[in-house]
Amino acid sequence: MIIDGKKAVWKDYQKEIADDRYYYVRSCVRQNFFPGSETAFLKIMREELNKDVYEHPCHTSCSGIGYHSDIVPVETTMTVVARQFAIMTEAGYENLMPSCITSFGLYTEILDTWHHFPEVEEKIRKQLKKATGREFDKPKNLAHASDVIFKFRKEIGAKAKYKLINKNTGEPLKVVDHIGCHYAKMFPSKGIGGAEYPYVLSGMIEEWGGQVIDYPERRHCCGFGFRQYLVQANRGFSIACSKEKFESMKPFKPDMIITNCPGCPMFLDRWQYVINEMEGKRYGQNGEGIPVFTYEEVAGLVLGYDPWDLGLQMHQTDCEPVLDKIGIDYSPEDKYNLETVSAFSKSLV
Amino acid sequence: MASNKNKFGFDISLGRQINYDANNRNIAEYLFDKEPSMRRCIECGGCSATCTTAGFTTFSLRELMILIKRGETDEVYMNLKKCMLCGKCTLVCPRGVNTRNIIVLAKKAFQKSDEYAI
Repeated sequence: MIIDGKKAVWKDYQKEIADDRYYYVRSCVRQNFFPGSETAFLKIMREELNKDVYEHPCHTSCSGIGYHSDIVPVETTMTVVARQFAIMTEAGYENLMPSCITSFGLYTEILDTWHHFPEVEEKIRKQLKKATGREFDKPKNLAHASDVIFKFRKEIGAKAKYKLINKNTGEPLKVVDHIGCHYAKMFPSKGIGGAEYPYVLSGMIEEWGGQVIDYPERRHCCGFGFRQYLVQANRGFSIACSKEKFESMKPFKPDMIITNCPGCPMFLDRWQYVINEMEGKRYGQNGEGIPVFTYEEVAGLVLGYDPWDLGLQMHQTDCEPVLDKIGIDYSPEDKYNLETVSAFSKSLV
Repeated sequence: MASNKNKFGFDISLGRQINYDANNRNIAEYLFDKEPSMRRCIECGGCSATCTTAGFTTFSLRELMILIKRGETDEVYMNLKKCMLCGKCTLVCPRGVNTRNIIVLAKKAFQKSDEYAI
């Protein structure tokens, strides 16, 4: 295909991302999994990129985790989501930026449902008014937080202290990108690159100096799902999915994995430990695991933040091999020093 | 390393995906080479329907042919031993596949391979 043709096709896979004034909704589970990620994201947005990011202490879970587990009825979920919109409207913001991929997928699904079934929207408006006395406007722009980092990847790259390059060999690090299923598999037009060629993380990797690994099971789910994880006896299906991916990526010798979903880094990280316990297998080089990062953690590392401020000590699979490869300056003895970590968090308050 | 499966309360489920990259298809390649009529098989199941052994056991030539082609041969050899080589499957095959010869060759192939060496 000629390059012009490629560019023309690629235009269909772009989405509009707001420039500034974002209303940020946090994930309900991420702060337990990788607590430094959202903190780092806010710091990058506010202090590095000088953007207006608003978050409200009264916003709740989108209830997507209950919805996808068949516990919360869809109308209840819609009303909860409508309340988030109402808080956004009251604060005078129009650009919704969820931290969670499932929230992003759910907001997209609900807005699409309301588009096709306006009577459902009316019903939800009435329910919200009756329950809370609130009214809302729908967001004008809906972009996942990783979309926004993708949009400003060049600005972050320009400020980068480190590149995703092996300092000893000078070669780019081999990076696996893993996109959350709810990002674009449900509504391909809402993700950069669609469902088949999601570019949101690949763009960051390439901009920050890494090399993207393409491997057979690249688009496979990490196995988080919801039902198959929540019931302990079913977790064999969940771990089988992660194992499938690890087996598939291993021959390509990846240095690290980057994800943009709350569940994926958790499971790709923790399941490596479980697989090792069960079968004695490790998938990284030199008998180590493959370190798994969120995109905020990688952005923070590239910008020169302290790894322990970013919460990398919370990872089950040790991240030090990648830090050493990039040549990041860190203090091994401070890994579990809570005083330095809390100072970072307090600096944002 | 000792298995720690009981520690977690669940096991790693086996996938049902056919992994052509990882499966060993040497037996299939050997049979295609030695008995080219095997390529004509359309998996109609006429062989299994007429099979005397299948009346008394779980033996199914159709199933075994599919497994050999996929390279999922773990249980094929033990099953092949059930065949009495009567040849009725060869008589009914609409594609003229020499099924009897395939079974004889498959047994030889398994015996030749290190994994199944007697």
